[in-house]
Amino acid sequence: MTRTKSPPTRPQATVMLSRVAHSLYWMSRYMERAENLARLLDVNLQLLLDFQGFTDTTIKEHWGSILLSSGDEELFAQHYQAADSRNVTEFFSFDVRNPNSIRSCVNAARENARMVRDQISAEMWETINELYLYLAELSAKEIWASGGAGDFFNNVKRSSHLFQGLTTSTYSRSEGWEFIEFGKYLERADKTTRILDVKYHILLPSATDVGGAVDTAQWQAVLRSASALEAYRRFYVSEILPWKVGEFLVFSDSFPRSLHFCVTQVDEFLRRILGDSGPRPRTAAGRACHRLLADLQSLTITNVLQEHGLHEFLEEVQKSLDTISHEVVETTMFYPAESSSDVQQQQQQQQ
Amino acid sequence: MLPSPTALTIFNSNYEPGNFFAEMAVPGPRVRPHYKRLASRLDTLSVGDFEQRRAAVDLAFLRRGVTFTVYHDDAGTERIFPFDLIPRVIPNQEWTRIEAGLIQRITALNLFLDDIYHGQKCLKDKIVPPALVLGAKHFRREFMNCKVPRGIYVHICGTDLIRDISGNYLVLEDNLRCPSGASYMIENRTAMRRAFPGLFQSYGVRPVEAYANELLKALLHIAPARSEKPNVVLLTPGVYNSAYFEHCFLARQMGIPIVEGRDLVVRDAHVFMRTTAGLEPVDVIYRRIDDDFLDPLVFRADSMLGVPGLVNAYRSGHVALANSIGTGIADDKVIYAYVPKLIKYFLGEDAILPNVNTYLPSEPLDRKFVLENIEKLVVKAANEAGGYGMLIGPAASKAECAKFRELVAAQPRNYIAQDPINLSRSPTWCDGRLEGRHIDLRPYILYGEKITVTPGGLTRVALRKGSLVVNSSQGGGSKDTWVLQGDE
Repeated sequence: MTRTKSPPTRPQATVMLSRVAHSLYWMSRYMERAENLARLLDVNLQLLLDFQGFTDTTIKEHWGSILLSSGDEELFAQHYQAADSRNVTEFFSFDVRNPNSIRSCVNAARENARMVRDQISAEMWETINELYLYLAELSAKEIWASGGAGDFFNNVKRSSHLFQGLTTSTYSRSEGWEFIEFGKYLERADKTTRILDVKYHILLPSATDVGGAVDTAQWQAVLRSASALEAYRRFYVSEILPWKVGEFLVFSDSFPRSLHFCVTQVDEFLRRILGDSGPRPRTAAGRACHRLLADLQSLTITNVLQEHGLHEFLEEVQKSLDTISHEVVETTMFYPAESSSDVQQQQQQQQ
Repeated sequence: MLPSPTALTIFNSNYEPGNFFAEMAVPGPRVRPHYKRLASRLDTLSVGDFEQRRAAVDLAFLRRGVTFTVYHDDAGTERIFPFDLIPRVIPNQEWTRIEAGLIQRITALNLFLDDIYHGQKCLKDKIVPPALVLGAKHFRREFMNCKVPRGIYVHICGTDLIRDISGNYLVLEDNLRCPSGASYMIENRTAMRRAFPGLFQSYGVRPVEAYANELLKALLHIAPARSEKPNVVLLTPGVYNSAYFEHCFLARQMGIPIVEGRDLVVRDAHVFMRTTAGLEPVDVIYRRIDDDFLDPLVFRADSMLGVPGLVNAYRSGHVALANSIGTGIADDKVIYAYVPKLIKYFLGEDAILPNVNTYLPSEPLDRKFVLENIEKLVVKAANEAGGYGMLIGPAASKAECAKFRELVAAQPRNYIAQDPINLSRSPTWCDGRLEGRHIDLRPYILYGEKITVTPGGLTRVALRKGSLVVNSSQGGGSKDTWVLQGDE
């Protein structure tokens, strides 16, 4: 595979440090990630409330599938005994040992925002900083003591929405914007695959409930995890059918959290970032994105279910997204994007 | 007019006037003319009102991330710089003198640096003992005979002033390397405008907001001639540096990129920054990194913050640095003692702003005096900043005095001693009431096409009762500084 190391020159003369581009990209990804986590946890906690009949075992299976889809089951097992609601919520919300917890994501988003504090608007910075300060004062214990995590998840989601809205309304449409949007849609696409995959893991142990009340509720939960329930209803005006949920979340060309929609955006911003406008992209990232987009534009849900299997298909998509992300970093950064080492940190303080 | 009860609470039973210059009012009680409007405004406020405004300002600072990083402190690490809502007011008449004194001083120091790095005439004429310069930690012999852009060494200077018991302004020290705090000067003003919007209109306070603009002008002034639209950048050590907020703030105000060492690369003695579209030339670097870390090829080889080859690029004249390299020799605390003589030597004038009376242990007579009277003196390490490595004799224990006596005897060149100055006091909000606290003043001087002094500065206040140390790292806070158009 050939890699284009030097990116093509851009038409307009913008100057953006590679490090800044990288930080904007990660800032945006981490905010989106925190929001998706909050929604996923919120929906699933509510789901369990709706079905008091769940036994400890089913609850365990339920959370186990979420851990599995996020790929964090090993880390969880290292630090927690049982996969119950409380432990999983704690692990995904507040535990800084989990690099993908809401708190870790917000910390990382803020750290990146701090590095580009001079680039983003004051409003964007304040939104991230306030969310960070809000989280810094909270603990899981307080959340449970105050009778539920609903408000907490709402606050996280709202901050992310506010942040994205402010980005749209206060940030110049510059190269930085392209990195921000690229990061946001890439993260969102990845999270949508994982939200769908949760259900696949739930279904595995016992496929007997298909079509039952629990099953419907679970598919509803999948849609709600992607804020897609109402959009789905308006689109299909029918009951909730598993394959239709899959079709909607993978192929919809108008719903802004569907894979197809997200990848279309990823492709668009990738072209702009790399200045790659020909029909056949010159970069590996561009080609990987084209291939993925072509799949999403040409396959049907029947193809996916029968020829690939949903889980396998989603895994392939995740891999493609990873490739795209890595390639972009490679082409737009001229040095390894390492975070500060201890020595570096020490020297910064000696100043 | 009788002063207000609120302004007077400091003169109530618990107030000890002490042996200090009182900024706002003297017991009697008489409020100084330039504080009268402030006093009447405070008069209309209840304690609750005041607390409310104070809390709002603190919250705004926290939200906006106006913080500094505390080292050696695992919890939190980011703190807001404590801010006191009672401003320090300077009438025009006083300011005019301060301004003239600062311009005189920076002019002389710049000539001194130029001389040290070229002809060393002042050493030959025995104005300063050569050993003190040539053996100084911050003397960069690598820079001998290097031509700096437009002959300016110090572009940004922060000079610390204090007031003695009669209210005379004295220079405590010069900061000619990377003086910090200008961002707080501007942020404090923003906070005060919000807390007391009405006062500004009637008072005629001179604005400080032009600082960033003047700074950018000074930086553009030294750009190498070749480029029409020079690229100016701010070089920061990184997000973990205590002054990172300030770096970002100034870069934003000037609209210039903030870069780390790893963002820059030197090719053929030209500096470039790594952008997503390739390498972009850099013309001027406002560096907030010490000399030591600037270039691993010339100074500290283990520096991970610097840019290899930067010094060579600077020497070749392809890039300008502000401040220049080696300016630390002129704010060495031992050289400080010679500044009045240097002003006389280079400008033929008497210093407008006097020094604090200083003893140099490197001189035998002074050494004897210092060792015998250490408990009555303030002893400072010559090359430390931030209030570290310092002894305040009258407040120190016998053991501490003995320790410093040993240190001074062993390395006399590394210490100076000064008469303790009872810094002036300004009313400061402490636990629900106004009490007198010691303050100093750091105005900012910019040396570009001409020299400008921003009307205002950072007034630092020692929040701990009785403390004379105003550094933020040692429990200090700050106040807004109002320079008036008129005299009251």
